[in-house]
Amino acid sequence: MENWSLVSICVLFGLTARWAVSLNSYSGAGKPPMFGDYEAQRHWQEVTYNLPVHEWYFNTTDNNLNYWGLDYPPLTAYHSLLCAHDHGFDFCWVLVADLLIYIPAVVLYSFYLSEGSNKKKVCTVLCILLYPGLILIDYGHFQYNSISLGLALWGVVVLGLGWDVLGSLAFVLSLNYKQMELYHSLPFFCYLLGKCFKQGLAGRGLFLLVKIAVTVLVTFALCWLPFLSDPGQILQVVHRLFPVGRGLFEDKVANTWCSLNVLIKIKTILSTDTQLYISLTTTLLAILPSSIKLLMKPTLWQFKLALVNSSLAFFLFSFQVHEKSILLPALPVCLLLNDLPLPAIWFLQASTFSMLPLFLKDGLLVPYVVTSLAFLFFSIYLLSALEHCSEDKLRLGPYRRLLICMPRMDLGRFYFSITAMAGLSFMSVALAPPAQLPDLFPLLVSVFSYLHFLGLLLYFNIVQIAEPPQSVRKNQKKSN
Amino acid sequence: MCYLYVEVHSVISIPPRLIHRGQASVYDTGWYIVLCCGVVLLTMTVFSGYFSHSTDFEVHRNWLAITHSLPVSKWYHENTSEWTLDYPPLFAWFEYSLSHVAQHFDKEMLVVQNLLYTSPATILFQRLSVIVTDIVFIYAVKECCRSVREEKGSKDLLGHPFFILAALLLWNFGLLIVDHIHFQYNGFLFGILLLSVARHLQGRHLEGALLFTVLLNLKHIYLYIAPAYGIFLLRSYCFTEDNTDGSVRWSSFSPVRLVALGSIVISVGALSFGPFIAMGQLPQVLSRLFPFKRGLCHAYWAPNVWALYNMVDKALSVLGVRLKLLDVAKLPKASMTGGLVQEFQHSILPSVSPSITLICTLLSIMPAVLSIWCRPRGARGFLRCLVVCALGSFMFGWHVHEKAILMAILPFSILAVESREDAGIFLMLTTTGHYSLFPLLFTAAELPIKVLLMLLFTLYSFTSLKKLFRGSLLNPLETTYLLGLVAVEILCEVVYPLSPWQHTMPFVPLLVTSVYCSLGVCYSFIRLYVSLLRQHGTDKHKQL
Repeated sequence: MENWSLVSICVLFGLTARWAVSLNSYSGAGKPPMFGDYEAQRHWQEVTYNLPVHEWYFNTTDNNLNYWGLDYPPLTAYHSLLCAHDHGFDFCWVLVADLLIYIPAVVLYSFYLSEGSNKKKVCTVLCILLYPGLILIDYGHFQYNSISLGLALWGVVVLGLGWDVLGSLAFVLSLNYKQMELYHSLPFFCYLLGKCFKQGLAGRGLFLLVKIAVTVLVTFALCWLPFLSDPGQILQVVHRLFPVGRGLFEDKVANTWCSLNVLIKIKTILSTDTQLYISLTTTLLAILPSSIKLLMKPTLWQFKLALVNSSLAFFLFSFQVHEKSILLPALPVCLLLNDLPLPAIWFLQASTFSMLPLFLKDGLLVPYVVTSLAFLFFSIYLLSALEHCSEDKLRLGPYRRLLICMPRMDLGRFYFSITAMAGLSFMSVALAPPAQLPDLFPLLVSVFSYLHFLGLLLYFNIVQIAEPPQSVRKNQKKSN
Repeated sequence: MCYLYVEVHSVISIPPRLIHRGQASVYDTGWYIVLCCGVVLLTMTVFSGYFSHSTDFEVHRNWLAITHSLPVSKWYHENTSEWTLDYPPLFAWFEYSLSHVAQHFDKEMLVVQNLLYTSPATILFQRLSVIVTDIVFIYAVKECCRSVREEKGSKDLLGHPFFILAALLLWNFGLLIVDHIHFQYNGFLFGILLLSVARHLQGRHLEGALLFTVLLNLKHIYLYIAPAYGIFLLRSYCFTEDNTDGSVRWSSFSPVRLVALGSIVISVGALSFGPFIAMGQLPQVLSRLFPFKRGLCHAYWAPNVWALYNMVDKALSVLGVRLKLLDVAKLPKASMTGGLVQEFQHSILPSVSPSITLICTLLSIMPAVLSIWCRPRGARGFLRCLVVCALGSFMFGWHVHEKAILMAILPFSILAVESREDAGIFLMLTTTGHYSLFPLLFTAAELPIKVLLMLLFTLYSFTSLKKLFRGSLLNPLETTYLLGLVAVEILCEVVYPLSPWQHTMPFVPLLVTSVYCSLGVCYSFIRLYVSLLRQHGTDKHKQL
């Protein structure tokens, strides 16, 4: 069958799966007084439609910031205003956003920037579209992550095709939609800077640098235009976007601090300032190797891996991380499905599993089970993941000896891990936790996911630092 | 446990090579499992909490309650709810066995007085029961795929007829919508029908006959295709040989086979109706099964001949009033578009009674049935006759529901992947028939899913059949008609609700959909008949 019809069928299937999930209950359905994210979106439409711009981020009599105050950058606010004009069925807007922004980016990425036969590219499109985490959060929990992630993906695709200025424009728009995209900002910065260095700072490199810098500044200015008149406005918006007063972590999240808290109660031992410094230092240390490598060698392969490593390091070590932020490393890992199927599938499954407590709270158990099974089944079958787990294929290069002391990535461990995740999911639903440990199951889920993320962070870092095999190097030359 | 692991591993790891290297056979199970899993997982995603507002939900809950809580003698007398038991006894026994599982989910749904009871556990159980009974359908489709003629020469998996057939059946839009978004057990019932057809295609006629008798005792609407079965079995099974010119060789009649068939029919019937005949309730059961008090058309007109008939009648009456040829006061007041299932009179054209529809139906299927008597073409001829009977009864039947189009579409899929002409008719019939199901889902939440699923199925059927038969299958007129469906959809869903007539004449979108689709369905019926008679004609020529 021709490509376009196969791709259309995959896209339609992806959209159908998304809508089917949205027909289930959503976050906060029937749960007063705060309800959930659905109510937040609806409230923002109300605020942006009825109040003037300079009151959107301020606590006034009309705008009580404690009740779902706006805490995303201006583009989200403008989008809410747009939705408010046609307050039809809100889930339709998520579908439209997906169709217009995220899905075209996925299709373009698979067809222009990944290797393999046409069939393999179509399979990649389907598997990326079936990633359960994004479907469940956007359509079940109700958010618009596909817009920010889609714009970031457009940035990657456009940069991969060689149009640096447009790529940086796309990423700045993405950043202005959700500030969490800062997790991806360092790789973008290092990649573009590295390219400028490569072209020589004396000539074309400098020119490129200036072009990019001007684009970035102008885009920021345009997005923040209504707020530029008053420095107080800008400060208040920044204050809403980065609530540093809130502490090292909230709830249970699969990162280092929450897991460490099980053994040492760091939240109570250390002061907020010390916590901030420790988290800052560890994050910087974790992202340093991959960023330096990218700076020295700005190729698409390095860029994709740096995106993974940087966002995953931020997730594991940063301040005030939410479990939904796992979607940020998940996006670049989706891009690696073609090249490293088994580790990518493992990570994506673990990322969905790590959000299980959130899904249970929202009543999304069945969609969670079904989409996870569908994703596992289709991706393993279509991408032949189980055949690509030899040491060569795992691209470890000369560093494979390093991993002798660590658990190896093989099929047995993969099956064990999936079974354990299934078992823990079942226990979270079926069993009641003991009275003295009411948070036992969410904690087990987050610690188990954390171990996976740590291991995979190490693995992806090694892959990035190791020399890529010949075939990959040839493709890099083409895309540079 | 280890065995299961090995099995699963082998299933998952073998097939990928097939997709990429192009050697596939219908006996490999991997791709089939993928297709099945896809559809099962999709239906499961929808089911967990989704309660559609169709009445079928309450109907089946009521039947679970009746069969569980009341003794057998009261089953066909019970009428607390308006949805009385109107399927044959074997289906009642089926509901009875389901009710034993249901009591573990929620005992309250089994209380007859709990009308419109919809707890989450009830919804969960009901939907789960549809999905689990779909296993019959999945098995039947596998058997049908084995019976499809394979062309020699290596093709990649997606181009094989059996793969296309499996996809067209498992992912059939109509079945998904009616069973899983609305609520019926059609997957289970059509599974039995397709299994029976598959057995006939494989030459195992007794099993096919048994399955069909069981099916008849589960849902009596399949009486419509009973003539095809009856004549085929009589002609091709009871007469073991034909003359050289294809006509009946009376001497080869085998009484043994006739007795075997008869005993199958009688024993299944006895199992099903036996208890009720013993209790003397047969008339009551029959009156429940065949309620002719309902009107010529359902509240929403099925796209058949009577829809066109009603339309012409209405148009003539409006025209007559405008041209002052008729007196408004003298016209019958009852409106057939009102939405209630009452009997009514036509204004200008003669009224239609149940017996007239029966005569029309019999007349419409007579040529097809006679053709398989005179010139039987084996199991495939029987299948074609079956489709014609199903479609004929849909066209002319009394109080036909638009869901009945599936009875023609599903078996026809088997013929569609084997012949180019059939593929063309199939595309026309399927697209129109599926579109006519749209008014069944009328809430805003269901709009995207029905549009997406329809697009998915239509796109797949067109591209895969086009590739299989290498070239365009529809002429420009047909293509224009099908594109017109898009215009009708936009008109009904978007334009009309915003117009001022939405409140005064709310039935107009239904009317337009019904009449437009009936044109397509009638056209497909005529084309199918022409192809059947033409084949009959060529056979005759061959003999001469």
